[in-house]
Amino acid sequence: MRLGVFVCHCGSNIAATVDCAAVAEAARAMPDVAFAADSIYTCSEPGQEAIVAAVAEHGLDGVVVASCSPRMHERTFRRTVARAGLNPYMFEMANIREHVSWVGRDKERNTAKATDLVRMAVEKLRRNRPLTPREFPATRRVLVIGGGVAGIQAALDCADGGLEVVLVERTASIGGKMAQLDKTFPTVDCSSCVLGPRMVDVAQHPDITLYAYSEVAAVSGWVGNFEVSIRRKATYVDWNKCTGCGECIKKCPAKDAPDPFNAGLAPARAINIPFPQAIPKKAVINAAHCKQLTTGKCGVCAKVCPSGAIDYAMTDTTVTEKVGAVIVATGYELFDPTVYGQYGGGRYPDVITSMQYERMLSASGPTGGHVVRPSDGREPQSVVFIQCVGSRDRHIGRPYCSGFCCMYTAKQAILTRDHVPGAQTYVFYMDIRSPGKGYDEFIRRAMEEYGVRYVRGRVSRIFPKGDRLVVRGADTLMAAQVQVEADLVVLAVGAEHAPGAQELAATLRVSIDEHGFFLEGHPKLKPVETNTAGVYLAGACQGPKDIPASVSQASAAAAKVLGLFARGTLASDPQVALVDPRRCVGCLKCLKTCPFGAIREEQGRDGAVRALVVETVCQGCGVCCVTCPQGAVQLQHFTDDQILAEVEALCRTPLPTCG
Amino acid sequence: MSPAFAYYPGCSLEGTAVEYDRSGRACCAVLGIELTEIPDWSCCGSSPAHAVDTVLSGALAARNLGLARQGGFGGVVTPCPNCLVNLRTASRDLDDPDRRARINALLSTPCEGGLPAVSLLQALHEQAGPAALAAAVVRPLAGLKVAPYYGCILHRPPGLMAFDDPENPVAMDQLLEAAGAEVVAFPFKTECCGASYGVPRKDLVMELSGRLLEAAADLGADALAVACPLCQMNLDLRQDQIAASRRRAFGIPVFYFTQLLGLALGLGRADLGLDRLVVDPGPALRKLGTGG
Repeated sequence: MRLGVFVCHCGSNIAATVDCAAVAEAARAMPDVAFAADSIYTCSEPGQEAIVAAVAEHGLDGVVVASCSPRMHERTFRRTVARAGLNPYMFEMANIREHVSWVGRDKERNTAKATDLVRMAVEKLRRNRPLTPREFPATRRVLVIGGGVAGIQAALDCADGGLEVVLVERTASIGGKMAQLDKTFPTVDCSSCVLGPRMVDVAQHPDITLYAYSEVAAVSGWVGNFEVSIRRKATYVDWNKCTGCGECIKKCPAKDAPDPFNAGLAPARAINIPFPQAIPKKAVINAAHCKQLTTGKCGVCAKVCPSGAIDYAMTDTTVTEKVGAVIVATGYELFDPTVYGQYGGGRYPDVITSMQYERMLSASGPTGGHVVRPSDGREPQSVVFIQCVGSRDRHIGRPYCSGFCCMYTAKQAILTRDHVPGAQTYVFYMDIRSPGKGYDEFIRRAMEEYGVRYVRGRVSRIFPKGDRLVVRGADTLMAAQVQVEADLVVLAVGAEHAPGAQELAATLRVSIDEHGFFLEGHPKLKPVETNTAGVYLAGACQGPKDIPASVSQASAAAAKVLGLFARGTLASDPQVALVDPRRCVGCLKCLKTCPFGAIREEQGRDGAVRALVVETVCQGCGVCCVTCPQGAVQLQHFTDDQILAEVEALCRTPLPTCG
Repeated sequence: MSPAFAYYPGCSLEGTAVEYDRSGRACCAVLGIELTEIPDWSCCGSSPAHAVDTVLSGALAARNLGLARQGGFGGVVTPCPNCLVNLRTASRDLDDPDRRARINALLSTPCEGGLPAVSLLQALHEQAGPAALAAAVVRPLAGLKVAPYYGCILHRPPGLMAFDDPENPVAMDQLLEAAGAEVVAFPFKTECCGASYGVPRKDLVMELSGRLLEAAADLGADALAVACPLCQMNLDLRQDQIAASRRRAFGIPVFYFTQLLGLALGLGRADLGLDRLVVDPGPALRKLGTGG
């Protein structure tokens, strides 16, 4: 076997604390190494061409690159090696940047450690075997979970790209948080005028199947071949018959149901359509508040419904759909401000959340677009906005910036002046974060054209004084305590993960971060992928995002899905576990430990039970290999022999003397 | 029924706050909470010690916790919030082997570990509770509007104290309501009264305690209920000074919450030390038809 070793300087990233030439020199003495060199940027075009040239010139059978993390460039170099005519798996990478140069300063010891890592890679490569991915057909359909603006965009982009789309929305209508908004920043255009037509597009698109008031219950299978069961929750209304006329709502005597769409500003009837532009525009009975369902004494809606759509006996049903990819767009939830006892949210009626204020500003909201105090219905002359309620506060477990609150606060302050001319508006802020296009100019307009008074400092307490509220806080620019009397206080609440995100992540076998948001594959290079093949992310389920960012990411996720299906068939990763049927005794311990459900029980022709790895499901984690008491399961590309060879190579070098 | 607590009064309760000590013990006795004073207790290491040397203040508090452990008690109850902070801090430190070794180096009898410490308010709220209290009330505080004032450190820092809401506590509200009082929604429940700045920065106390008295007066409160000797002193003893500095007369009596509970439980004025209050409680109590 003839191997080549390439030691990368990574500019000064590695070369500053590793003697790369010395590592290459040491590599020349390693077994089977026929060629070794160091280069400044191995991943650059000349760097890659040098590898291709060396393979041809020296007749190499395999290549080691000692450079950065394989997460960064393993695929790059595999392609290079393939271009040079070798099997892409006849390649090994030694990480001498993250594991050596970035963690140690002693050049001599770093050089020795880098040499050790190269020696291990060489020993492993000597035992590598060419691997070939298998092709398998994919179901050209995509599941989109969540019908907010991100889910809508992803569904439309996929459908316009020629894919069949299954869109699952948990609530009774698509539209998400954006549908609740009155106006959007920084253009101050009407939110439902922007979103409404897109919602209609979803409803009318021949290739989109919409399951509203439904939840994803289980997902099995693998990229290209997922099987999804969707629980359709009982609406107690036959949606095939319901015309959305609203007669039932007018007559329903139960008027105390919660109204999440109006953020709790007004109660709703037990039978309800969430908002006038709802898609689908169908009624749903809230079982907990329906007098017929709780006491059996009502039945008014059934009597008045002109199409006979009411069905009190309805139960949950389950449908199964086959899809090839999944886009998660489950969005976010707003922070519950009652956590801050000092602000009195939930205790003082005139302390409301930003979403409640948004509903108040909306012409279709419960006050018809009139800004009023919930306590007495009076028009407020002084409105105080408090930013960072549930953002950037590690004491309550929300150390992150929610991103969009600065902007929506400026928007609401501007709109306040439009709704109540002459009203005084104050914004207590920590920093203004407005990096989007046209955003900072928007904040300036609030300050300069609309006279919104920005006070930099935290609010310590809100307390009532007569029928008004006193907001006490610090003005850190004046280094003084300040007090502002307010008729209405709006808490600019931050974002947190959507309820149920953790359960959904477990169902989809993807990761979530420490704050409950879905975790992307790589923060820079795989921002819409997850670590599970075929599952993509869009919008605020990955972290707080405003509308432009959510829509962009949704289109990116759709592009990834379209790209995935573009070739018709998918290639499986050959770095999977393989069962040696001669050694397998059929104990199936591997089946129990496999976290991906990739192992099946199979009966051989001799009648004996054995384990079988489903190549397309296996993620190559290796748990089965260490579980198997027989050593019958081996992970391709990471066999016991290869790992032991690496360990031996490491043990052969004498330990460096200290001092 | 309730476990026996070791009782740690703290120095204020032997001097300026004798009435807190007396009324607290009396309420516990009526409600069946057994308190046994820690024998030979000493300073908890409050104000001066913890500012100078946390190991020293830890050792002072640990000595008392050690005595309670030796007495076989499962916990300590103390009326004074400052003592509570120190006992809880020491208890936490004693559960850390490294800190424990440094503390025990200063003690002649080492203390092996921490011991839970609770405030008298927490003990009354959790061991007796509003329902049991209401059942034991013989003279409801009907007609008395009370502003409950918890002070700034009774529930803080929240991680250490771990009781009630640190910004909007309700335990005292619930006990006073159970005793029949009309509890006003006092917005400054946990604001600072100026604490021990009374000597070096009297102006601060005038401002901070002044705000509290004004808010209580604006809410129409007949009385303030407190749970801290220092708060009581600032609001009661200095009320005339505050009134002069703010050009506004208050005349609001400042009770320990245990005095008010004791009244409702039918205890006598002498048992509760009502005569020790500086601002005359008479007018307020006459509203009950029980005082005078």
